[in-house]
Amino acid sequence: MALLGKKFKLLEVFDQATNGQYQLLPSRFAALDDGRYLLSNEVGEYLVVTRPDLESFIRKQVPANTDFYHDLKSKHFLFDDDSNVALDLLALKYRTKAQRISQFTALHIFVISLRCDYTCQYCQVSRQTDDKHAFDMSEETANKALDLVFKSPSPAIKIEFQGGEPLLNFALIQYVVNEANRRNEKHQKDLQFVITTNLSLLNQEVLEFCQAHDIHLSTSLDGPENLHNTNRPRPGKNGYQLTVNGIKKAQSFLGHNKIGALMTTTEKSLPHVKSIIDTYLENNLDCIFLRPLSPYGFAIKNQQAHKYDVDRWFEFYKEGLDYVLEINRQGYQFVELYTQLIINKLLSPFSEGYVDLQSPTGAAISAIVYNYDGDVYASDEARMLAEMGNKKFRLGNVHTDDYEGIWLSDTLLDTLECSLSESIPMCNDCGFLPYCGTDPVYHYATQGDVVGHKALSGFCNKNMKIFKHIIHLLEDDPEARKILLTWVRT
Amino acid sequence: MIKLHSKGNQPLSVVQHQKPFIAKVTTNCELPFGLRAKHALMMPVADCIPDGFGLVLLGHDEPCQTPVNTLRLAPELRYIKDHDVIKFYPDIAKIDVLFRKEANTNSFLVTERCNSFCLMCSQPPKDIDDHYLVDDMLAALPLIHPDTHEIGITGGETTLVGDDFIRLIQAAKNHLPNTALHILSNGRNFKNLDLAVQVSKVKHPDVMIGIPLYADYSQLHDFIVQADDAFDDTIRGILNLKRCKVPVEIRVVIHQQNYHRLSRLAEFLVRNLLFVDHVALMGLELMGFAKSNLDGLWIDPYSYKNELKEAVETLTRHHIRTSIYNTPLCLIDESIRQYSVCSISDWKNDYLDICEGCSMKNSKCGGFFSSNLRKVSDHLHVI
Repeated sequence: MALLGKKFKLLEVFDQATNGQYQLLPSRFAALDDGRYLLSNEVGEYLVVTRPDLESFIRKQVPANTDFYHDLKSKHFLFDDDSNVALDLLALKYRTKAQRISQFTALHIFVISLRCDYTCQYCQVSRQTDDKHAFDMSEETANKALDLVFKSPSPAIKIEFQGGEPLLNFALIQYVVNEANRRNEKHQKDLQFVITTNLSLLNQEVLEFCQAHDIHLSTSLDGPENLHNTNRPRPGKNGYQLTVNGIKKAQSFLGHNKIGALMTTTEKSLPHVKSIIDTYLENNLDCIFLRPLSPYGFAIKNQQAHKYDVDRWFEFYKEGLDYVLEINRQGYQFVELYTQLIINKLLSPFSEGYVDLQSPTGAAISAIVYNYDGDVYASDEARMLAEMGNKKFRLGNVHTDDYEGIWLSDTLLDTLECSLSESIPMCNDCGFLPYCGTDPVYHYATQGDVVGHKALSGFCNKNMKIFKHIIHLLEDDPEARKILLTWVRT
Repeated sequence: MIKLHSKGNQPLSVVQHQKPFIAKVTTNCELPFGLRAKHALMMPVADCIPDGFGLVLLGHDEPCQTPVNTLRLAPELRYIKDHDVIKFYPDIAKIDVLFRKEANTNSFLVTERCNSFCLMCSQPPKDIDDHYLVDDMLAALPLIHPDTHEIGITGGETTLVGDDFIRLIQAAKNHLPNTALHILSNGRNFKNLDLAVQVSKVKHPDVMIGIPLYADYSQLHDFIVQADDAFDDTIRGILNLKRCKVPVEIRVVIHQQNYHRLSRLAEFLVRNLLFVDHVALMGLELMGFAKSNLDGLWIDPYSYKNELKEAVETLTRHHIRTSIYNTPLCLIDESIRQYSVCSISDWKNDYLDICEGCSMKNSKCGGFFSSNLRKVSDHLHVI
């Protein structure tokens, strides 16, 4: 290179790789479309490559000094004799991704009451009864559950009150919040509270309590009035009005970011994704979670979950995401949360706390459920399955079992062992593995087996479709990419 | 451009100093007598000269009576002010300005030796015994005004001064506990965890080590710094420093050899070194080797506008504090101009005729290195 002075040596002089040879670092691939593959490594970095490029990479024939070689090297798909720091960095990144496992359980769900003022078709767990004591959690049970909460090594603890409708047993919520705060003076955890509620019973007393204790609210909003009231029938047929009034009150009294809403998709929702999203916009909500119907509880009994299949749901999701992107293009930031989750899994060095997309499963590690009667379940889905009569994922009871007994129970350890994607047939060699997870409760509920056959799995089918779609948007649609990148959180 | 050194000073009386004299400058003629011997008195205008000062600097050409140790300053040094620190060489009547109170940055060169040989080095390494540089800094530190915002340590490779490296950090902490300390190093010697541990043990309240990383893979970085294994050593050094919780800044000089990998380098940083405290993306300073290798290094910043934009977007998306240095604002995409910093030390900072009338001159735009004025972009324009 005559461009440099004589004292300087050429680039080739500093290349200590032996004859352009390289070694492969652990990686996987999956077909994206007709010509392209996703190549991903153990820590979730990826490249989208053509078939010939993929083959030449694996056959160790990629010529040194090409951008493709440098991309593969920089993203730690290969290493050569010039440098071995890749191994240090991979180890560091792997530890970062796996860090959540060492922190253990952060989300503790208290089922405050199974009673509910709604009669939703798809609901897995609620009861209509006048007998308060039959389905309400007692102070004694709550105390025992709190004993377990504060044994978690996690520096951040979130206590979520669920039901039924937990505000039907508001006195116990007050008790748990006060008691948890009192105990936390000693433990000094980053302690947060969430009430999952339909907001019918949101009165001034509740609002003031939430304000005083910085409690978040999470509610259900299924879409426009007709759809919401059909999906979520309430005697009096005023569920929608009660909900949107509650959202408004909470936004103004507690703050815009203190209330979020979740929607559930039923067969009736499928043609209406745009008006569902519009409902969220109208109610000043800045994100939506397009969720499929889970195959538990009354949903399975009533055959709701079978009325539409994954392909139909995916069309619904795709149409919804397109619409969300259009809203963003029009200058309003509005986020679809599942897509945001996947974007972060693709682009961030950190792991995401979402229970369903973890390996090993997030059940009992990331989140745990204390039922109204003291039974402890690995996840919300496990409790729903139990309400259908199958207590396979019941880990114990707060009155009879201690922390070690519950978290080291055979039920949990066996489940965790069966939930490592890295060792599950068809997952272990899938290019989407770093972004996916295993949902043992789902597979047990649908296939009678915690591992399940992935070719028959709606979970696998759904997530593969979503991964491919999002990567396609990132690669082929510069405008969508620009928007999706603004959804990255670190 | 401000001159920091001059031999054009004229002794007007007997010079009693045998050895170089490092002193704080004062304009206070009435300084208590006991303090005068340690100070250099600056007299901008002709006046009666009081007795007892270690050095008297005349900033004027009027005739006057002269006690011992009086010099007429070279015209280019007459900007010297209160609280500046100078070094006076009695044998050649030379003055080095070690510290200027008014400067935007004050850096101490502590060695000219280096274990790399970067293509664009602005301070080409010399393999000489220059230990006096460390002594100068140690002597100057107690004289520096305690309100000083930041001081720098630069080289050469600063860690090559051995144990003195830690002594310097300790002295900076002792004398200037409220002053940020910015140290430039290629990071390679921190591959030994022990050195990083020693730095962290000093517990300097506000230290930052600025370490260059020029590429996202080893061959290119090693070529640019002309040293085998430098990439691995530097990465391990950064990891060790951060392991010890020592703040680290990544410095990327952009030129013809590496601009095409800039956005990939940003992705590499986000994935692997997200915990660094600052990333500076820097235009080339046409000094030293950069001048002799100009044909192999020069690229019009306008040509890497998109790469720079993408890199800044990637870094800031992941909340890495990011700055653009040494690049005229008119060559930076408007959407990322907010990250541009007036980074060029004031003594070597200039503008071009074309900058006259630009609203950003002397405000948001950092302008040019004085050394760069002859080779500039074809796309400069008034904003």
